Amino acid sequence: MNVIETSGLGKRYGKAWALHDCTLTVPEGCLAALVGPNGSGKSTLMNMAVGLTLPTEGTATVLDGQVIGTPVALDDIAFMAQDAPVYKNMSVADMLHLTRNLNRRFDGPFARARLTDLGIPLKKKSGKLSGGQQAQVALTLALARRPRLLILDEPLSALDPLARQDFMATVMTTMADEGTSVLLSSHALADLERVADYLIVLGGGQLRIAGEVEDLLATHRVLTGPAAQADRYASQLSVVQVKRAAAQAHLLVRTSGTDDPVLPGWEAHPVSLEELTLAYLRAPQAEADPKPANTNHSEPTEAAR
Amino acid sequence: MTVLTMPARPGHDTAPPPVPWRRMVWVTWRQHRATMISVPAVLGALALFLLFAGLKVHHDYAALTACHPQGSVACEALNRTFNGTDWSMGNVLNILMQLLPVLLGMFAGAPLLARDLEAGTFRYAWTQGVGRVRLTIAKFAILAVVITVLAWAFSQLFTWFFEPFLPQENLNVLSATVFDTRGIVFAAWTLAAFCIGAFLGMLLRRVIPAMAVTLGVYLVLALGIWPLRKHYPVAVVTDNPGSIPFTSGPSTPNSPWFLSSWTSGGKYWTKYIPVSRFWPMQFIEAGWLLALSLLLLVGTVWLVRRRAA
Repeated sequence: MNVIETSGLGKRYGKAWALHDCTLTVPEGCLAALVGPNGSGKSTLMNMAVGLTLPTEGTATVLDGQVIGTPVALDDIAFMAQDAPVYKNMSVADMLHLTRNLNRRFDGPFARARLTDLGIPLKKKSGKLSGGQQAQVALTLALARRPRLLILDEPLSALDPLARQDFMATVMTTMADEGTSVLLSSHALADLERVADYLIVLGGGQLRIAGEVEDLLATHRVLTGPAAQADRYASQLSVVQVKRAAAQAHLLVRTSGTDDPVLPGWEAHPVSLEELTLAYLRAPQAEADPKPANTNHSEPTEAAR
Repeated sequence: MTVLTMPARPGHDTAPPPVPWRRMVWVTWRQHRATMISVPAVLGALALFLLFAGLKVHHDYAALTACHPQGSVACEALNRTFNGTDWSMGNVLNILMQLLPVLLGMFAGAPLLARDLEAGTFRYAWTQGVGRVRLTIAKFAILAVVITVLAWAFSQLFTWFFEPFLPQENLNVLSATVFDTRGIVFAAWTLAAFCIGAFLGMLLRRVIPAMAVTLGVYLVLALGIWPLRKHYPVAVVTDNPGSIPFTSGPSTPNSPWFLSSWTSGGKYWTKYIPVSRFWPMQFIEAGWLLALSLLLLVGTVWLVRRRAA
């Protein structure tokens, strides 16, 4: 069961592709982190998943083959848009009531209890709340819908570090209690590194890599050795990135297993998720790799299954 | 009371019952509370004014028609009151009445969707379980009905208010500015103005430009129809014009609308619209305005479905 499936999905604004030829599969029950710099197509992908943006090319389905944007699909998806839009002239209580009326399911007692815990007064106008509080209201509204899929577009950007932790704790609790799948975007991986179990890296409107975090870490490693041998060695491997520091070279390579033997004089280290993400974001095509593996979108996903 | 109504999740093959329409009434009320309060309030205040002004106008008119002998100093004073003071007020109100539909279209219709698009809140509203099409149709229809009904009621009051001026000011129900403030046509113009506003709001996605363009489009349409009304297929052609109460001078409440005359086959033909064709003309005009409104509703929903964020 997949919560999101896309095939050759793309969106063009004028002549520029906000997202191009994106094929990926997000399995159920994951916290999928969608990372990439600003303008990499994260919001475009998310907006397409909820039907706010129509694809220029390709197809996408959600929650096991449902057409995106239909009421049936939206019934099970809660979307928190970037900057958490709320009706500024409505009180928080009115926002709760409005959301209840716009959906078949709404857990009012949960929503009120959570907002009370957070110290957000229900009678206050939404527009008078701080940015962080507005984000909390938007998250509460989304959670109270009891969705199967929670899509959160840059939800952490308005929050201070403490609120980020609380926010992520709430999301994790919901996943554990309700079996909710989460797709969460961020331009900073640091917030998600320890919690994400699925990673999608977008850069410049292109899918750089996608896969289960465990599999990605198991199939990548850093090889350190003499710089003089680096090019020759790299040509035998599936290299994502080559870094040189004086006489030493660091090769981030994709392998079939982490215990493959290495050349004498070389050492193998496990890779961190952040290193891996940054490596894929830094122009992967530029690193000479005879095999198309590191730019192939579907292979990592398949490998992850 | 709020309860979790659906603890068990249905499989995707069993389509769940959609969010009930009746809930959209509260949603529309809450989202457009300012419109829903201010429009009845303003129309109510104007109606109150029309009521008192109308009582005076009717009183003055009754006194004037009862005055005897005509030409006496007392009757001249009554004449001056009615055709001076009363008529200048009635004339101004009649002009404002021509603008009322477009004002409603600008202030109630244009923000209907444009405000959500401008503020970014459509990303919240359009991703709820009800679906954006259902939400749009509900909001659109509820506000359109409320405003059209209010406009109809208001035009009935205005018709009563304006009635005494017709014989005195050489007007009748076929006069351009009289025809469209009475019957069902005023309500139809208001509905059309609202729909123009809502459609343009969706098209332009900004409140102020949508209001401005609504005004322009409405004025072109409303003024453009004046020379076209005579082409409604209601005219009568006769070779016996003597039977018609044509007057060369000022029109009377029964004066037909003379269109043209020509000689053919040795006979003198006259084409005209009798006052009795008022209602057929009303239905024709209200009919095409209703069709236009429905078209604009369909167009708006199409844009809502198609428009990408």
